[in-house]
Amino acid sequence: MEFLQPPTWREALEARAAHPDALPIWGGTDVMVELNFARKRPPALLDLTRVSELSRWDVEDGGVRIGAGVSYTRVIDELGDRLPGLAMASRTVGSPQIRNRGTIGGNLGSSSPAGDALPPLFATGAFVDVASARGERRVPVEEFVVGPKRNALADDELIAGVWLPLRAGSAQQFAKVGTRNAMVIAVCSFALDVSDGRVGTCIGSAGPTPIRAREAEAFAEGLDSWSEDAGREFGDLVAMAASPIDDVRGTAAYRRHALSVLARRTLKWALCG
Amino acid sequence: MRLTCTINGEPREVDGLWEGESLLYVLRERLALPGSKNACEQGECGSCSVYLDGVLVCSCLVAAGQAEGREVVTVEGLAPSEDELHPVQTAFVEAGAVQCGFCTPGLIVATHDLLARVPNPTDAEIREALAGNLCRCTGYEKILDAVRLAAAS
Ligand SMILES: Cc1cc2nc3c(=O)[nH]c(=O)nc-3n(C[C@H](O)[C@H](O)[C@H](O)COP(=O)(O)OP(=O)(O)OC[C@H]3O[C@@H](n4cnc5c(N)ncnc54)[C@H](O)[C@@H]3O)c2cc1C
Ligand code: FES
Ligand code: FES
Repeated sequence: MEFLQPPTWREALEARAAHPDALPIWGGTDVMVELNFARKRPPALLDLTRVSELSRWDVEDGGVRIGAGVSYTRVIDELGDRLPGLAMASRTVGSPQIRNRGTIGGNLGSSSPAGDALPPLFATGAFVDVASARGERRVPVEEFVVGPKRNALADDELIAGVWLPLRAGSAQQFAKVGTRNAMVIAVCSFALDVSDGRVGTCIGSAGPTPIRAREAEAFAEGLDSWSEDAGREFGDLVAMAASPIDDVRGTAAYRRHALSVLARRTLKWALCG
Repeated sequence: MRLTCTINGEPREVDGLWEGESLLYVLRERLALPGSKNACEQGECGSCSVYLDGVLVCSCLVAAGQAEGREVVTVEGLAPSEDELHPVQTAFVEAGAVQCGFCTPGLIVATHDLLARVPNPTDAEIREALAGNLCRCTGYEKILDAVRLAAAS
């Protein structure tokens, strides 16, 4: 195995082009588990922790651009005010040790249906900045995640970061169901982003990819105010949009029910403050 | 592969590493620092917790080469001298928070990190900070006592 440790972004992209089989690594919280259990034996590791640009975030073009190497802990501490939905989701990830090391870029790289950073990114309408030695492209996150643990990265591409729009008066929520408070993979989760005239939603861990509940969004956009009936209708529409399966963490029926509850509650929190 | 880094304040150099091995493996098997424990190798138990450039991490999830040029502090590096314990360690002994002891090094490092950030944590803050450290023996009550004692001392 080779260990590649490019010091700059340009060299990282060149290394990626020269070693399309190399496995990128930042926090290692997904990659090292695979290596420790011999589930993966890539010919090379491409360590991105030396590329300082990846560890930055900036306010840019009416949004926040977060480098792929920004950890959950930093999102919580540094971006909790601007990006409350992503920060709420980040607080539910693993443990302090995992949040200190795990990154938003790594969550996108893994593209797990249970990835907790993904629902807030979908609900907000984020874009993933993807780069290679050939150039850069900005991909809507919904097009970036293409299937369970599959994404739109080409062999020579790396994730540079993700851009989230900032909308005036946006109320964001995230809720996750698990068997306990910490260190759990989501049984299901729900992210909501309500701003003037726009409602974004996303269901996590109840389908092959995160799923936006479009009908529920349109319904909520037409609401003047909160009512229990509207909340129930919204919850039903979200549950219908899910595509859950039975697995060790829960049944499909339980996930649908739990999602309708999460959706109703988060809509109430968002509309009633 | 060769790794050069600072461990517990001392410059160390190790040769002949496999590129895919973890920092935990380097500490235990190559540097004779068995304080950090290996229980799960998947980030679930926290018994391998160390500081990497001042940040609390699971050393089983750090690729050895990622520590190149960095500063690592393990549980062995917390006490001020050979025959003196760190106050967090003393508190764990005095509170009876150690049974088999396997989880203890990770809990000591995680508690050390918590108290450096939050000198007087609430019970909720203690639980949150130690959520990534599993103990099969104590039932955690004595561990909470130890953290409260360490905060008070
Ligand atoms: C104990 C434990 C608990 C966990 N709990 C949760 C949880 O609650 N919620 C959750 O969502 N996840 C959880 N995870 C999974 C993991 O922590 C997250 O997916 C995390 O975001 C991964 O980030 P990382 O930086 O560690 O990624 P890495 O492990 O370094 O990489 C992950 C993947 O992304 C690729 N990659 C990384 N950076 C780039 C880049 N810049 N460009 C291209 N590809 C890249 C890697 O090649 C790899 O395929 C947990 C993991 C552990 C071990
Ligand atoms: S051995 Fe590292 S977390 Fe369990
Ligand atoms: S004392 Fe035995 S695992 Fe904690």
